[in-house]
Amino acid sequence: MTVMTFAEAINQALTVAMTQDTNVVCYGLGVDDPKGVFGTTLGLQKQFGPERVFDMPTAENAMTGIGIGAALYGLRPVMTHQRLDFALLSMDQLVNNAAKWHYMFGGQRSVPITIRMILGRGWGQGPTHSQNLQAWFAHIPGLKVVTPSTPEDAKGLLLASIFDPNPVVFLEHRWLHNAVGEVPEGDVRVPIGRARVARAGKDITIVAMSYLTIEALHAAKYLESHGIDCEVVDLRSVNPIDWSTVFTSVEKTGKLLVLDPGSATGSVAGEIVARIAMERMTFLSCAPARLTMPDVPEPTSFGATKGFYIRAGNVASKALEMLGREPGDVSSQLPEPAPHDVPGDWFKGPF
Amino acid sequence: MTPELARQLLFQMRRIRAVEEGIAGRYAAGTMRCPVHLSIGQEAVAAGVGLALRRDDLAVSGHRAHAHYLGKGGDLQAMLAEIYGKLTGCSYGKGGSMHLIDESAGFMGSTAIVAGTVPVGVGLAYGMKFKRSSQVSCVFHGDAVVEAGVFFESVSFAALKKLPVLFVCENNLYSVYSPLHVRQPQGRSIARMVEGLGLPAVCGDGNDVTEVYEMTQAALAAIRAGGGPRFLEFSTYRWREHCGPAYDNDIGYRTEAEFIEWKAKEPIARFEASLRDSGVISATEVERMDAEIEREINAAFTFAERSPFPEPAHAFTDVYAESAAPSVMSACLEGQS
Repeated sequence: MTVMTFAEAINQALTVAMTQDTNVVCYGLGVDDPKGVFGTTLGLQKQFGPERVFDMPTAENAMTGIGIGAALYGLRPVMTHQRLDFALLSMDQLVNNAAKWHYMFGGQRSVPITIRMILGRGWGQGPTHSQNLQAWFAHIPGLKVVTPSTPEDAKGLLLASIFDPNPVVFLEHRWLHNAVGEVPEGDVRVPIGRARVARAGKDITIVAMSYLTIEALHAAKYLESHGIDCEVVDLRSVNPIDWSTVFTSVEKTGKLLVLDPGSATGSVAGEIVARIAMERMTFLSCAPARLTMPDVPEPTSFGATKGFYIRAGNVASKALEMLGREPGDVSSQLPEPAPHDVPGDWFKGPF
Repeated sequence: MTPELARQLLFQMRRIRAVEEGIAGRYAAGTMRCPVHLSIGQEAVAAGVGLALRRDDLAVSGHRAHAHYLGKGGDLQAMLAEIYGKLTGCSYGKGGSMHLIDESAGFMGSTAIVAGTVPVGVGLAYGMKFKRSSQVSCVFHGDAVVEAGVFFESVSFAALKKLPVLFVCENNLYSVYSPLHVRQPQGRSIARMVEGLGLPAVCGDGNDVTEVYEMTQAALAAIRAGGGPRFLEFSTYRWREHCGPAYDNDIGYRTEAEFIEWKAKEPIARFEASLRDSGVISATEVERMDAEIEREINAAFTFAERSPFPEPAHAFTDVYAESAAPSVMSACLEGQS
């Protein structure tokens, strides 16, 4: 185990994959530039050459289709979008070709492509630089969608994505790039479709994904000091969803709170609440709940984003409400951090 | 052109025509329950390009793909069974007319979204160049494809990386019911426009199979010599409606006069006449050819009609792959053996 950042873990996963399999190629806008996509692709071109690691034209749709064609030929492309929002230009190739190829040709050939998309919030990213559209991709049969929240899972899930025979959308949250954690050496893969119990507990199940797992753990720590034992389930994969782990947890705690960094309507959180309500109703001791972003685009202004994001304080308040407890000192103990629009001191912008 | 090649070109065109007419003639029975986009009138491009390509070259196409699939050597029985939605179809009944595939013949797939396979074909070529293969990737497409953004993106990348791609544009003047002049600026040549993207592009008579074959041969030689992508624009004309078996000259988007004008430039009779005049083929040989084609097609339709439908549970299979398929190279080699 080595301690490293989430961004370094991604870089290491790419290095391991490219060392292991000469068919792995890595491309995207800026993968070989001096910033190396927030450090995640730094040094790769020097190590593996410009044929395997290359910058690309600003042509997201074609470059996705080209990756699909290359994958059909036998390569394992890893395409990177510095913002998920840019990848929206490639929805045709992703949805009509990558997700369907194996099915519509009767299982003859699959598309082993990994599409990295960076999503996030804060620092004035605004309406078209911060969309958390995991529900869109999760809605498409034929795609797999992963949402790691730790450096270890970032590496393990990226390796699993690259070597999966299917197209995988790998969603990495900008606020996690500097998160630090222990990461195992070598080709250690985390299976896609298996959730992680980030914290075991008996009083309430908090299902989270991506960056919100971090806020959930902060909330759980606070609640623990108030005698409440939370179970935090980090989904890790939103297609397929690990229903077994979610069901087992809710059967134990009888309470479900889902955190989703996307808009409420049509969200992954809505799907989880629905399935639990339909299939585990008898285990519930109170109505299931979710905390999501509101059904509005993300504002840009520092002023307008105050109180806009889901924070540990919101999570703790909601959990207390579900447990029939008074809010107590949540607002003083878990205030919205100041400044509210960055993940920590390390983030100095500009994007 | 050798007499043998000339006979093959004629045979392939007649065969494609007969298959398409076979579909048209049976469509009203309601047993082919998917849209069909027939290539009657456009056979010369598929036959000429198909025979010029090597068997291990790869091809992709769009919604009007029957002729391209057959021209590349795709299995006829499997294609018809696919149109009938049968388990014996080339996509096991999951694709229909618009999703044809025969990897053993190097036909890597046709899809239903206009321009959807253009980048896929370029990506196959990226793989070829990456693996130092001498194969070429052929992208069959129509005139509407050059209006799509993804076409510009894909062609530009092919030119940038000097990829071994042959773009074959069949300009049949219409996209569904929309004539060229409501879609592209008057007087702008598709080939000249593509040339502006950085690759050699030439126009040819898509109803002259000799010209199609020879232009394709020249383009392939240039591509295999490392010259990067080439673009061929062939003018031709679709005789029947955009989708379905009928003629539609009466509904108002094009004229009977225009159809008659193009019918006079019919690719098959024209080529046959030249072969007969030069003594390459006799009337008896053509009759024998047609009899052979008829036998094959009747057997293929019988096969398709008698094949079983998939069970309802078939809808739930193949959404995800469990493991990777063998490489395209090995699939092609298997097809050759």
